[in-house]
Amino acid sequence: MADAPVHLHLPVSRDALTGLRAGDAVLLSGPVYTARDATHERIVSELRDTGELPHGLAGQTLFYAGPTPPAAGLVAGAVGPTTAARMDAWTPELLNAGIVAMIGKGVRAEEVRAACQDTGSVYFAAVGGAAALLATKVTAAVPVAYNELGTEALVRLTLDEFPAFVAIDVHGADLYREAPLAWREEGERS
Amino acid sequence: MIDAAVIASTVAEGILRAATELRPDVLAAMSDSLARERSERGAAILTQLVDNAHIAARTQVPLCQDTGTVWVWVEVGQEEPPLQDLQHHVNEAVASVYRTAGLRMSVARDALFDRSNTGDNTPAFIDVSTRPGTGATVHVMLKGGGSDNASALVMLEPSAGEHGVIDFVLGHVSAKASGACPPLVIGLAVGATFDSVPKLAKKALLRRLDEPNPDPRAADFEHRLLTEVNALGIGPGALGGDTTALAVNLVTAPCHIAALPVALNMGCSALRSVSIDVA
Repeated sequence: MADAPVHLHLPVSRDALTGLRAGDAVLLSGPVYTARDATHERIVSELRDTGELPHGLAGQTLFYAGPTPPAAGLVAGAVGPTTAARMDAWTPELLNAGIVAMIGKGVRAEEVRAACQDTGSVYFAAVGGAAALLATKVTAAVPVAYNELGTEALVRLTLDEFPAFVAIDVHGADLYREAPLAWREEGERS
Repeated sequence: MIDAAVIASTVAEGILRAATELRPDVLAAMSDSLARERSERGAAILTQLVDNAHIAARTQVPLCQDTGTVWVWVEVGQEEPPLQDLQHHVNEAVASVYRTAGLRMSVARDALFDRSNTGDNTPAFIDVSTRPGTGATVHVMLKGGGSDNASALVMLEPSAGEHGVIDFVLGHVSAKASGACPPLVIGLAVGATFDSVPKLAKKALLRRLDEPNPDPRAADFEHRLLTEVNALGIGPGALGGDTTALAVNLVTAPCHIAALPVALNMGCSALRSVSIDVA
């Protein structure tokens, strides 16, 4: 992990995700789509009705986030990850339908880890509580759907070198479960 | 003279400051922990958080996109007249400042039957208590969902004792820290009754991290517990490291002879509160 961050351009193919390992630092550039609880309900409802991901989401990255409104002169307000576990119930279905990556914070259910491995998808962890810093990494924000949901609307953000870590990789490794254990063992050795 | 309009304008001032200025004591504790953090990833995350605090203060962009529910605690001198229509005045101040400052509206109309957004971040959640004399102190805390969701209350049996409290905190932090944005500030209350112990835990978060606990027994317990929490290895961002928590703030109280109530109010790395004295 002492290596320099991996620059990753979105949307990313599943082939390009195979080289990432849990713990890698990454800098993400390109489009992501904000989606929280209410957004997930809408997306999954449309997916079940039509059999396809709506709003051009196939092959894209979901960012579990609800930004503040932008201040004057800025493209994005404060933005950062919300707790990903709240989206666990919908995630395997979305990965099977074509979502390839997610950005959030916190440990995921075993079903999500397994679904990442099965589908070749990646879960990225961003730092919670760093929203003013992360806002400087957003270069565009375009509403896509569900504007009536306010901060839970589906919005396409364009990221520019947005810092994150690989939390679950396509090989099934899970940083949130492994890193504290590894660090504890390190502490006991030293 | 203090009236509800004065309290409301003080709340508005408090919200603006809290949303964009990290508490100086929290920033100092975070900077200290960065100097000690041995995990490279942990240090990188702490660096992001310290940078974030400076960017937010400079640009007035909120520290965290979750600008929270508004909790207001007014300690008012008993010689002051009653605060008429306090909820109404404070709600108006909250709605106004959230709109004009571009803060996020994060309140659902009803928890169970109507999850639509109230659209103006009201209602505020208000407590009022009295104290001798005149004047008032207005405490304002913006509490994010991630940290409040990671809070808990348990009624232990008295035989569980100090070990029971420690086991509860360690188990709970292990299970919930990753969604609560560590490094954490752990507000802990032990005692009182089922309904009042969580309020004490929340009030515990208001104590400055550089201000020692006035009870030496509590100060010692805080130190032991903080050492054990940080030995969990959870670390900044819950991605491994030494700095899982910056502080444990403990309040203890009397309780029923059959009870050992314990409440943990989780504070995140963007712990946001201000306390303002009004003459």
